[in-house]
Amino acid sequence: MRAYPARTTRHRTAVAAYIIRRVFAAVLLLLVVSAVTFAIFFLVPRLGGQTIDSLAAQYVGKGADPDAIAAIKKNLGLDQPVYLQYWHFVKGIVVGAEYNFGPNPSVCHAPCFGYSFKTHVEVWPEILQRVPVTLSLAVGAAVIWVLSGVAIGVLSALKRGTILDRIAMAVALAGVSLPMFFTGLVSLALFGYHWTIWQNLEFVPFTENPGEWAWNLILPWCTLAFLYSALYARLTRAGMLETMGEDYIRTARAKGLRERQVVVKHGLRAALTPLVTIFGMDFALLLGGAVITETVFSFQGMGQYAITGVKSSDLPIVMGVTLVAAFFIVVCNLLVDLVYAAIDPRVRLS
Amino acid sequence: MSNVRKTDTDTGKGTDTGTGAASGSETAAAKPAGAPADAFLSVRDLRIHFDTDDGLVKSVDGVSFDLKAGQTLGVVGESGSGKSVTSLGIMGLHNSQRARISGQIWLDGEDLVEAGPDRVRELRGHKMAMIFQDPLSALHPYYSVGAQIVEAYRVHNAVDKKTAKKRAIEMLDRVGIPEPARRFHDYPHQFSGGMRQRAMIAMALVNNPELLIADEPTTALDVTVQAQILDLIRDLQKEFHSAVVIITHDLGVVAEIADELLVMYAGRCIERGPAEKVFYQPQHPYTWGLLGSMPRIDREQTDRLVPVKGTPPSLINVPSGCAFHPRCPYADVPKDNITRTERPELRLVTDGHHSACHMSPAERERIWTEEIAPKL
Amino acid sequence: MNNRKTASAIAVTLALALGATACGSSDKDSDGKGGGSAKADAGLTGIVNASDKKGGTVTYEHSSGPDSLDPGNTYYGWVQNFSRLYARSLVTFKPAAGKEGLQVVPDLATSLGKASPDAKTWTYTIRKGVKFEDGTEITAKDVKYAVERSNFAPEALSNGPTYFKAYLEGGDKYKGPYKDKSEAGIKSIETPDDYTIVFKLAKPFADMDYLAAFSQTAPVPRKSDKGAEYVQKIVSSGPYKFDSYSESRGATLSRNPQWDPKSDPIRKALPDKIELKFNVNATTVDEHLLADTSTADIAGTGLQSKTQPKVLVKPAEKAKTDNPYAGATQYLALNVNVEPFNNADCRKAVQYAADKAGMVNAIGGEVKGEVATTLIPPSVSGYTKFDTYPSAGGKGDAAKAKEHLTKCGKPNGFKTVLTARSDRPDEVTAATQLQESLKKVGITAEIKTFPADKYFTDFAGSPKWVHDNKAGMMMMAWGADWPSGFGYLDQIVNGSAIKPSGGTNLMELDDPKINKALQDGIGTIDDAQRQAKWGEVDKLVAENASVVPLFYKKNLLYRPESATNVTVAEAYLGMYDYVLMGSAK
Repeated sequence: MRAYPARTTRHRTAVAAYIIRRVFAAVLLLLVVSAVTFAIFFLVPRLGGQTIDSLAAQYVGKGADPDAIAAIKKNLGLDQPVYLQYWHFVKGIVVGAEYNFGPNPSVCHAPCFGYSFKTHVEVWPEILQRVPVTLSLAVGAAVIWVLSGVAIGVLSALKRGTILDRIAMAVALAGVSLPMFFTGLVSLALFGYHWTIWQNLEFVPFTENPGEWAWNLILPWCTLAFLYSALYARLTRAGMLETMGEDYIRTARAKGLRERQVVVKHGLRAALTPLVTIFGMDFALLLGGAVITETVFSFQGMGQYAITGVKSSDLPIVMGVTLVAAFFIVVCNLLVDLVYAAIDPRVRLS
Repeated sequence: MSNVRKTDTDTGKGTDTGTGAASGSETAAAKPAGAPADAFLSVRDLRIHFDTDDGLVKSVDGVSFDLKAGQTLGVVGESGSGKSVTSLGIMGLHNSQRARISGQIWLDGEDLVEAGPDRVRELRGHKMAMIFQDPLSALHPYYSVGAQIVEAYRVHNAVDKKTAKKRAIEMLDRVGIPEPARRFHDYPHQFSGGMRQRAMIAMALVNNPELLIADEPTTALDVTVQAQILDLIRDLQKEFHSAVVIITHDLGVVAEIADELLVMYAGRCIERGPAEKVFYQPQHPYTWGLLGSMPRIDREQTDRLVPVKGTPPSLINVPSGCAFHPRCPYADVPKDNITRTERPELRLVTDGHHSACHMSPAERERIWTEEIAPKL
Repeated sequence: MNNRKTASAIAVTLALALGATACGSSDKDSDGKGGGSAKADAGLTGIVNASDKKGGTVTYEHSSGPDSLDPGNTYYGWVQNFSRLYARSLVTFKPAAGKEGLQVVPDLATSLGKASPDAKTWTYTIRKGVKFEDGTEITAKDVKYAVERSNFAPEALSNGPTYFKAYLEGGDKYKGPYKDKSEAGIKSIETPDDYTIVFKLAKPFADMDYLAAFSQTAPVPRKSDKGAEYVQKIVSSGPYKFDSYSESRGATLSRNPQWDPKSDPIRKALPDKIELKFNVNATTVDEHLLADTSTADIAGTGLQSKTQPKVLVKPAEKAKTDNPYAGATQYLALNVNVEPFNNADCRKAVQYAADKAGMVNAIGGEVKGEVATTLIPPSVSGYTKFDTYPSAGGKGDAAKAKEHLTKCGKPNGFKTVLTARSDRPDEVTAATQLQESLKKVGITAEIKTFPADKYFTDFAGSPKWVHDNKAGMMMMAWGADWPSGFGYLDQIVNGSAIKPSGGTNLMELDDPKINKALQDGIGTIDDAQRQAKWGEVDKLVAENASVVPLFYKKNLLYRPESATNVTVAEAYLGMYDYVLMGSAK
């Protein structure tokens, strides 16, 4: 049975107009996010009594002599008012910028997120290098947790009250309750050091060696997926229980459909739609960096980069990571809304 | 004569729905005792009980009736009287884990209670179909109406999509939906209430079922649309010669289209007979109450409606004896407190008209003529 | 209820599993099989698992990363040690075992520096025919350029020490090679010919060879220099060159074909390949060592506290450890400008109140530290053993403490603030222990902790903050920039080291006697006399009582079986020597 809204021209134009509106809103949102991050970075420490000099001193090494502090302050633009710095930042993203960290000025092509305050290395290429790591983690884990979570949830709902259901929900309860750093460290201790199946984990790019890529990611995938799978199992179960009690299920049976058809085509289909929204958000947040997973398994992804930036008060890194994460969230939100409208014909894009 | 379960119900005594063709021939389709030769649907002593934490809920506790092809049976009663449960039982839509069904349901010579769930599923949507009260919630919101009709068709007919689509559009047209080819692609929420119900009827009838059960088909619609839907059902019945069961709590609806009437109370049948007879010479105090509580525009405006006193009984702790006795103004008329101790059986009053009441027909006649009829 | 019971059963099972792994890991090595028959601490006095075999891949891991691998932009000790594989400075510490490793020997230069009688002019001669990895010959100009970029261009390279800037003539005027594009560069470094380099200092400085040992004197070709980006393509002057570099992941190095072993008497360069991995989870770093899948934890601070007990209880594992001094002293700085520490007796009260033995116990025992009675740690030249405020077993003397309290007019004690670095757990533990011992004599210390990277810039190192918040007591640990008394003391007890922010003289000690002793000492060319001077300063500081030495820090290093030529380099804060280190794998 086809289940998508009629592809009339009018419909397509409406969708296109909707997308354009959302894109504008997204750009605005990203601007706001960047401005707020900027403000927090500069203004909040000032409440704690931090001065520009002490801020600049953090980027100088151990031997913080006043000349070095002054030079850094000037070169990083910290002596300028905050709004001017913000303006330079925004300009850099659009047209690129020029920086002086050596004998010749270096050109930072758009989008330019600036240079790390601490290492003076361009932030954007570093982000580009790390995105595949986080992406690999997120995609693999997502596939595992959606498949396993939904399957378990459906089975549990259909066999509600039985031993299978109780065990599944108990394990799921454990899954959502145990924090990531616990399950991560335990799985690493068990499978990495004790049984040495995965002893030397490191990220191998997919393009380099797909087999190795997958092998190294299995443990982090499973650890990450365990938490979400548990959540999705519970959600699917609840959704299924609710859907299977709906009138249209009774109608489907009244038509003489086999039970499997009723469950999958009529029940599951309807139960899954709220999960689409939830999945979109979960996945989007993960794309911004699976911080704990990356740290436990020593994978250099976006999450780890964020930690680095925050710990050393490295504004360009913080801005870069924040904006990229916000971008993913905005995109995923838009996709979720579009998918939702495609699935549920009652929803109108507005 | 096989498969007739002997139970202590009304079939045994003094019933007469025909010439006792109970010992039908071997070649004819098996039929229960006392069924007319042309009965398409025969229900005998149907009981549907549910096991719950609070106790055994006796939703349907001994219901019997016959229905011929081309005939319409109206089933009326309060909420909780067991009307829907009965129809769902006939369709085999109860959860076998929770519902305990006993009795016989003969559909065109086959006992559905004995037949396995797979056989009943084959018949569902094919030989017997059901339409429900609220078409907005009864139709799947994500699939187009046309697609759902196509699905209903293709379950029981091995045809390709194009043929099925043609058939579906045909049905939409048949039920009076304008521009059926365009509306085929629309979703349930894009239809008005009346159109939606028509679409559901189209879906139910796409396989030409010989039995159509309509559970409160007009309750969710406004009055003008109600009439249209009922007309439609009547027309289709004439065309396809199907047997129709209409379940409703609205006596005005049954007055329109029912040939036979079955009044249910507390899971039991308390009056059964030709619609005209039940309307104009009701033989049970509960029916009197129902008629009294019905607003009528053809009479002069009376001060108030006269409802039936009290509330429907618990189906777990059904009152002893006559289930209606706590609310019956005439519970004391029969002697020896029999209304409180003995359950009344469905007894014949005149041709085809049965009543389950301890009062004698004469007593009822007097009360009806003197007290009830003048007020209506 | 079912759910909760099942969930707790699962939790218990997991906890048991975790406990089982803690007890059961490293079961694979049976007793007796160690790197040969080496015993614990064998690396302190000799070279363990000595081998002359060429080949193998050395794998180093670090739980975070360097400040920079650029030899001109780093302050970390381990980078100074490690960079010798790709950067030859004028002189360096001898890769040898024990005290021999504290000797400075020539590397790129033909001999140690030749000093003028007033110790203000130093001349070095560079070997002829030493080449960069791109084949060009290394000249004195390249060394001069390296010093210019590392000390005078903080807008691009700000991590390294700035001793050259502080001591060279006109150091405060030269704008650095990126702003001052003149070919001549800084005037006080002269290169009369391609193989001679002359440093003209503003003050006498007898420790010049130590400065020349810094990686900052490793040559950098001007044409290849990109400032902050140079680190991505470092041009090697040593036996290894970079194959790959990633700031987040690490680096791999392989043999530099332009390196001529004949020009290099101190390096054997046995390994074929060197792998360096950054950002490896700290627990994982230790686990890899124990499983012998890596060669060393390059940070050089030893096993994590939680891994140490695992290793120490097994004799076979303990035999693979070395427990050197970390070249650093943990001490308590009493700020002489905050009441009541302006009064010497109050300071002396604290000297007696501190229970140092208890502190060492609290942080993990002998393996982590040794009770300190002097500021200069044992591995730094100039160390003399003395104890100005003795107490039985280093446990403190409450009676004497109270005596001094009365003398300074606070018989019932007083209130003060005690700061520590929140991300140094040992420091916090010691501070808490100190708080207890102080309470016994009536001193109430409120502990305030701050992150390490802001400790000196915003808090303890900012006199204004210290005065405003009456932070009279500050926890401090200090390792020498170079292993001489001056290298150790100058930054922490010299009055000139007091800065408005980022200072390391937390006591704000400005004693003219001490200042003068330091100045005199650094002008003394004679080694023996110079060392004696440092001992003097140490004693003067002790008498001043503003520094309470707590314990000498120690590292517990672990050498896996596959590690060859392992020895402790005392000059590099008690970590293994990375020039010597090889791998059997």
